[in-house]
Amino acid sequence: MFNQPNRAVGIVGYGAYVPRFRLPGSEISRVWTEGNSRSPIREKAVPGKDEDTATMSIEAARNALARAQIDPQLLRAVWVGSESHPYAVKPTGTIVAEAIGATPVTLAADWQFACKAGTEATQAAIGFVGSGMGDYALSIGMDTAQGRPGDALEYTAGAGGAAYIIGPAEQACALIQRTGSYVSDTTDFWRRPTTHYPSHAERFSGDPGYFGHVVPAAAALMAEMGTTPADYRYVVFHQPNAKFPTRALEQLGFTKEQWQTGLLVREIGNTYAGAAMIGLTAVLDVAAPGDRILMVSYGSGAGSDGFDLLATDKITEVQTRAPSTRSYIERRVQIDYAQYVRMRRKLATH
Amino acid sequence: MGIPNLWRTKGQRYSLAGEICPSCSQHIFPPRDVCPHCAKPAGPIHTLSGRGEVYSYTTMYNVPQGFQEQSPYTVALVKLEEGPMVTAQLTDVENEEVAIGMKVEMVTRKLREESEEGQIVYGYKFRPRLTEAA
Repeated sequence: MFNQPNRAVGIVGYGAYVPRFRLPGSEISRVWTEGNSRSPIREKAVPGKDEDTATMSIEAARNALARAQIDPQLLRAVWVGSESHPYAVKPTGTIVAEAIGATPVTLAADWQFACKAGTEATQAAIGFVGSGMGDYALSIGMDTAQGRPGDALEYTAGAGGAAYIIGPAEQACALIQRTGSYVSDTTDFWRRPTTHYPSHAERFSGDPGYFGHVVPAAAALMAEMGTTPADYRYVVFHQPNAKFPTRALEQLGFTKEQWQTGLLVREIGNTYAGAAMIGLTAVLDVAAPGDRILMVSYGSGAGSDGFDLLATDKITEVQTRAPSTRSYIERRVQIDYAQYVRMRRKLATH
Repeated sequence: MGIPNLWRTKGQRYSLAGEICPSCSQHIFPPRDVCPHCAKPAGPIHTLSGRGEVYSYTTMYNVPQGFQEQSPYTVALVKLEEGPMVTAQLTDVENEEVAIGMKVEMVTRKLREESEEGQIVYGYKFRPRLTEAA
C-alpha cells in the first residue's frame, strides 16, 4: 500500500458528462447477426458529431468547478486520462485548461493506461495536493470508445466520463482515506499507434485480466483498512459490461444494494477511462454524510486502482450545484445503426 | 482560419471571454480595443455567463466548406443575459424544436476540423439549458 500523503486530501468537486445519443444493443445485433445475438447491455451512449474527449472533458470539468466553487486559476494540474484523445500529439489537457480558465500557471497533460488512465491521474492528483505542491488538481477520465464494426466490443464501447477536483480534506465533500494500486504486464486489450480499432484477447480479458487485478486490488485495500464489504454503503467497480463487475463483487461478498447505484454500464455502455469514475459520480449524487464508498478501476495492460472514500457533511450542499449523473443519463435520444455509422465516421465516402 | 488567428481568439471561442467597458460598464463581445458603445478604450477581460435566449435562427442545409460533417444544423442569434448578441450554432437540439425565446446556455464543442491531418477547431455553441440553475 502507499504511504498516506503529507496532508489529508479529498474530492472538493466532481462532475459527470454523458452525451445524449443512445444506440440500443438490439440495433448492432440486427445489423451483424440478424438479431440472433443478445446484447450484453441495453444501450450505449454515443457522442454527437461535434463532441470528442476534449469537449466532454470541458463540460465535466465545468460541473466539477461549479460544485467546488473555487477559482479555476487555483488549479495546479489539469490531467486528462483517456484512450481517445483527439490528437496523438498535442495535449487534451491544455485545451481543457484553457476552456475552463485554468491557464497558464498549471500543469496540463494527458494520461494513458487504457481504462485506468483517469484514476491514475487521480492518484497523481492526490500525491500532488497531498505533498503541498498545489492546493487543487483536476483529474479527468473521459472516453469516446470505438469498437470495430461487428466485433463483440461494439455492443459496449460507449462515451462519457467524469472530472474530480482533489483538494484539502477540510474542504472535501468526500475524504480520500486510502488508495492502492495493483498492476502487471498482462496483454488483454491493446491498440497500436496507427490503428483505429483496438484488439482484444477474448476470454483472456476476464481472467487473468479483469478479475486478476480488480479482485486483489479491492482485497488488498480492504485488508489495509481492516474493513469488510459490510463496512461500505456503496461500491463501484470498472464496468466493461454488467457481468464482470457483478461476478467480482459477488466473489468479494458485496450485495446488489451496494453496487446498483454506481453500475451504469447497461444504460451508457463501457465508458473506458470514465467508467469507474462516472459510476462514482452517480454515487456521490445521492450519498449522505458518513457513507463509505469503495471504488476500484481497471485498465487493460493491466492494473487496478482502489480508493476508500468517506462522504463528509459537505456532500449534500454540492450535489445540486451542477447537473446530476442521472440527469445526463435520462437526457436520451435514440439513434439507429445508420445514424451511428455517420456520427462515428464509419462510412467510407470515397 | 490560420493558426495565429485561432490562437488569438481561443479565449473568446472556448469560454466567451469578453470585456466590461471601464467607462460605460457595458459588456462587450468579442473583446476589442475600443468600446463600441462609448468609443473609449475597452477592457478588462470578463468571461460572460454563457446564458441567453434565441433571438432568431435559421436551419442550414447547404453549409460552407468545412462544416459538412455536422449538417444540417441551426444557426442562431443568441441574446446573452449581459447584453451582447452572438451568432452561433445550436447543438443538442432537434432543429424543429428551436424557437425564438428559447433559453440556451453555452457549451464548448468542435466547430470543424481543418482536414484529416489539420487542427481541430473548438468554440462556443449553444444548447437548451439543462437546468434553470445551470
